[in-house]
Amino acid sequence: MALSNRPLLDNLKEGRYPSFVKEMEKGGAKTEQLLNLLERSYEEKKVHWKHGGIVGVRGYGGGVIGRYCDLPEEYPDVAEFHTIRVNQPSGWFYNSKSLRTLCDIWEKHGSGLTNMHGATGDAILLGTTTEHLQPIFNDLSEAGFDLGGSGSNLRTPSCCNGEARCEYSCFDAMHLCHDLTNEYQDELHRPMWPYKSKIKISGCPNDCTSSIARSDIAIIGTWRDAIQVNQAEVANYADAGMDVKREVVYKCPTKCMSYDADKKELNIDNDNCTRCMHCINTMTKALHVGKDRGASLLIGGKATIVQSAFLGWVVKPFIKLNKEDDYAELKELLEKMWDWWDENAKVRERIGELIYRKGMTDFLKAIDIEAVPQMVKHPRENPYFFWTEEEVVAEIASRKNAEVSK
Amino acid sequence: MATVDVNGHSVELDEDGFMVNLDEWNEEVAVYLAKTEDVAELTEDHWKLVNYLKDYYKEYGIAPMVRKMCKDTGLKLKEIYDLFPTGPAKGACKVAGLPKPTGCV
Ligand code: HEM
Ligand code: HEM
Ligand code: SF4
Ligand code: SF4
Repeated sequence: MALSNRPLLDNLKEGRYPSFVKEMEKGGAKTEQLLNLLERSYEEKKVHWKHGGIVGVRGYGGGVIGRYCDLPEEYPDVAEFHTIRVNQPSGWFYNSKSLRTLCDIWEKHGSGLTNMHGATGDAILLGTTTEHLQPIFNDLSEAGFDLGGSGSNLRTPSCCNGEARCEYSCFDAMHLCHDLTNEYQDELHRPMWPYKSKIKISGCPNDCTSSIARSDIAIIGTWRDAIQVNQAEVANYADAGMDVKREVVYKCPTKCMSYDADKKELNIDNDNCTRCMHCINTMTKALHVGKDRGASLLIGGKATIVQSAFLGWVVKPFIKLNKEDDYAELKELLEKMWDWWDENAKVRERIGELIYRKGMTDFLKAIDIEAVPQMVKHPRENPYFFWTEEEVVAEIASRKNAEVSK
Repeated sequence: MATVDVNGHSVELDEDGFMVNLDEWNEEVAVYLAKTEDVAELTEDHWKLVNYLKDYYKEYGIAPMVRKMCKDTGLKLKEIYDLFPTGPAKGACKVAGLPKPTGCV
């Protein structure tokens, strides 16, 4: 048997999981050099791509990530190997026609390799040359596709499959995602901000897009009335052998449920429910999200650099999402947040870091929102509280008045 | 990497067509670079932006943020794209002889 020239990658063709090496080998001559280069990186344990790269298409400031191999003479086929982000459809629903179209375009202009999908959500076309960028963009536009975001801009928003396939969804997540993407095309295609800004949308607190961890602005569905309970279905669960107390009632984080085993009846003290989804997830047929639905808005989620990783935190416990008025309240709020950030941030400062630096008080004032207890897990533990001069003057005046009236 | 000749003056460029040695910049080089970014002719407004970027870079050692650039020059972002179709970073900064933008572009 002939000795393979890629022994390390060949190892990754073994095993049960679909092998990316096998997939890449299907590209034949088109992917040969990329595989060889990858094998070399495996041997040397280092990357062979040069730092950075600035390429793009006319009219846009982002959407393409330029890459150059640092060994262009040895691997001429991947000397230029740019990535194109294509804005995915909401919820990643495709029909085979649109995927075939995408494949045909990519076959013509690029390596044939893709990433379905990038972590932000885009369909990723992996590897083409500068010369092909404008032509492929023209072909994509003609076929109804547009580029996604990159750079210091609004990145491609993404959402869970929402009402399309999930009964938990508290609003039409796919519609909102599409609507925001269209509304903020300029912000997406033409970087204008101090740094990147991401929006992710989940129909309920299960948060299937991980919006709380991976987006600056997380829109997470919720409700504010009572969980809908179907007692007959509760009884069915009990009859089928579910230990309702152990699996549901005792696991409720706020201990706001009780179960009458004789009547097979479940009772929820909704005022003390934090909408964690556990009971609904466990008894899908018996319990259902409430009827007065909307979303919570969380801000600041980001990865480690520079200030450490943040999970998003609450800026608006409940906001109604109305298709009828094109989500006017949400959009007004988004624009105020971006504007304050753009005005105040340093270069490459995410909105979460800016809030950390300038404080929630400043931020809330800028977006006209009152501070509420739901914004914090617990109050501050130090007494270094800033009062504005007006607040101090007003306080002194009111104490004097109280003295006088005594 | 490539070295191009601009009216007898040789200029080194990287793969993306950005200048490698910023002190090789002059107005003729700017005119040459503009053509590579779909700008046929540098008008007064183009020069206003280019000179602003050069001065800012000379003073602070970095390119200005977009909001700052718009405020200082009085140009809206849309007008900047009308002047430089490939945008302020790839287009205008390149023509002004600023270093290539880096980071998560
Ligand atoms: C009359 C008694 C005390 C006086 C005058 C006093 C004074 C001070 C002062 C001036 C500071 C600096 C505050 C700042 O950082 O701006 C301080 C901080 C501190 N004191 Fe005291 N102290 C007293 C008693 C105590 C006692 C009994 C303890 C511990 C049992 C204590 C523990 C601390 C600690 C841990 C800090 C640092 C707090 C921080 O910045 O996180 N002090 N104290
Ligand atoms: C002239 C005398 C002193 C001056 C000017 C002075 C000044 C200061 C200053 C400026 C700070 C830092 C406050 C901050 O973090 O913003 C500080 C902290 C502190 N001082 Fe003093 N101090 C004096 C005497 C003392 C004495 C005599 C003690 C204790 C016996 C003391 C205990 C502390 C403590 C515990 C802290 C807190 C340290 C921390 O932040 O953890 N100081 N002092
Ligand atoms: S986030 Fe909620 S609504 Fe969206 S798919 Fe997941 S469970 Fe369903
Ligand atoms: S949603 Fe969570 S908090 Fe609310 S009742 Fe169910 S388990 Fe308890």
